[in-house]
Amino acid sequence: MDTRRLERTGSFEWRIAPFGDMRVPAVIFADEGLIQGMDEKVFEQITNVARLPGIVKAAYAMPDAHWGYGFPIGGVAAFDPEAGGVVSAGGVGFDISCGVRCMPSGLGRAAIEARQAELADALFAEIPAGVGSHGEITLSDEETTAMLSGGAAWALSRGYGREADLERIEERGCMPGASPEVVSERARRRQRREMGTLGSGNHYLEVQEVTAVHDAKAAAAFGLEPGEVVVSIHCGSRGLGHQIGTEFLRDMVLAAPDHDIALVDRELACAPIRSKLGERYLGAMRAAINCALANRQIIGHLTRKVFRRFFPEADLPLLFDVSHNTCKAERHRTDGQRREVYVHRKGATRAFGPDHPSLPAGLRTVGQPVLIGGTMGTASYVLVGAAGNERRGFSSACHGAGRRMSRHQARRTWRGRALVDELAARGIAIRSPSDRGVAEEAPGAYKDVVEVVEAAEMAGLARRVARLEPIICIKG
Amino acid sequence: MTAAICDPGRVRARTAVRIACAAPDRELLLVEWLNALIYEMATRGMIFGRFDVIIDDHQLQAIAWGEALDRERHRPAAEAKGATYTALEVGRRDDGRWTAACVVDV
Repeated sequence: MDTRRLERTGSFEWRIAPFGDMRVPAVIFADEGLIQGMDEKVFEQITNVARLPGIVKAAYAMPDAHWGYGFPIGGVAAFDPEAGGVVSAGGVGFDISCGVRCMPSGLGRAAIEARQAELADALFAEIPAGVGSHGEITLSDEETTAMLSGGAAWALSRGYGREADLERIEERGCMPGASPEVVSERARRRQRREMGTLGSGNHYLEVQEVTAVHDAKAAAAFGLEPGEVVVSIHCGSRGLGHQIGTEFLRDMVLAAPDHDIALVDRELACAPIRSKLGERYLGAMRAAINCALANRQIIGHLTRKVFRRFFPEADLPLLFDVSHNTCKAERHRTDGQRREVYVHRKGATRAFGPDHPSLPAGLRTVGQPVLIGGTMGTASYVLVGAAGNERRGFSSACHGAGRRMSRHQARRTWRGRALVDELAARGIAIRSPSDRGVAEEAPGAYKDVVEVVEAAEMAGLARRVARLEPIICIKG
Repeated sequence: MTAAICDPGRVRARTAVRIACAAPDRELLLVEWLNALIYEMATRGMIFGRFDVIIDDHQLQAIAWGEALDRERHRPAAEAKGATYTALEVGRRDDGRWTAACVVDV
């Protein structure tokens, strides 16, 4: 992106003044290098978001922003329902409530290395990954409804996980306001055999080592120690979320003229929050959030089961589970008043700072853990929501490294088998049903995660707590 | 779209599935058609490689030919989540041939 089109308002903050029919400015959090590496489409997309009805303060792009559908990935925007604000299916995306959970193991690297291949094989055998994989659960329609209402709490009631997990999940594991009755038969059918599955694409389960601690106090509060091994799981609401996204995107495109909404890009399809369609979407999307929370809860349980076979002493408590494709009603201070707005985070993570009332007691004084998925060959990060970040993007942060290369280009640049061998030589065991899938997810296809998280820290969004490097990666 | 999932050359036309869909314009019809295929692939556990399609007044009738997804033989790299309205274009080129395109989220 050409920096001459932006006004630099801070070392890590850039502003695009409203032009044309933009209702608010757009703000990008990044250093100069990241901005220069960003696709011009990010400029176009974030300024399009700023045109939507009822948008509040600004349309924001996180340091990992890249070209998405309608909204950029790494886009954040809040809408005021009392000012005609909208909810956008495109602003949430297809993989509703895609997110990350992290579980410290209490084990050291040496323990894992001694049984690395066996453990990798066992995780790959136990946790369904890739296209066409199925879980051990087949959902009846009645069970689907219970799952869509209950989220991770439903999974717990069916024997997956433990009670203590719930307080370490956003919304305590159960998104209120879900409307399972508006979730279509087709969405339900797509999910029948998909509970407890990773999916494909950029989804993964990784066994990682804490290779650096940047904030000892926060790390201690999160139960992370240097050299400790953790398990991170990245996946979402599977076929159900994809189908809900598909159906409401179409419904919102078709209904836009009825709501007097002129779409500059059909992918920005939206409906007023205070409309029947908007309310139906919110109910269905919240049900999909519960589906994702239940899915990660089941995979977390399966992971513990595998670890117990190898390391009976490993407890794997849940550090946190956080989503990065959502729209949530939150109270934020805007124009000197605290009011309820609907915050869209598409490829962006909620990052509440210290003392936020929604945080569980053990985390309240420190802030919310923010889990950043990197690549299978570099690193991931645990951050913590920064104090005072509410005025910078409604308490949001980045979600990953961010792609810098298309899947097609990655496939032409790398060979999956060679990558697996190269990573094995570096001590990283990869298990995947598809060599081509590995090539498309090559570490070099992503931006430098270190630059992204440093920018998030310097912009005052979230502070680095710990760096995690992969030892085993189960790739979907 | 099949090529985004696996090598289309590996997909055998063994089973036929009838698909019908409609939309107000041809661009939206392309998205509907691809999403109908994605749904059938997801719920039937199939992959398609040949398509007989008739379009009349934005109504589409089709037979998709394919087979059960075999993870060993097809080696699928990614699943299609949904067809998007991004880079959506359906039109006739100067040489009279039709092109239809959109981005599919995987």
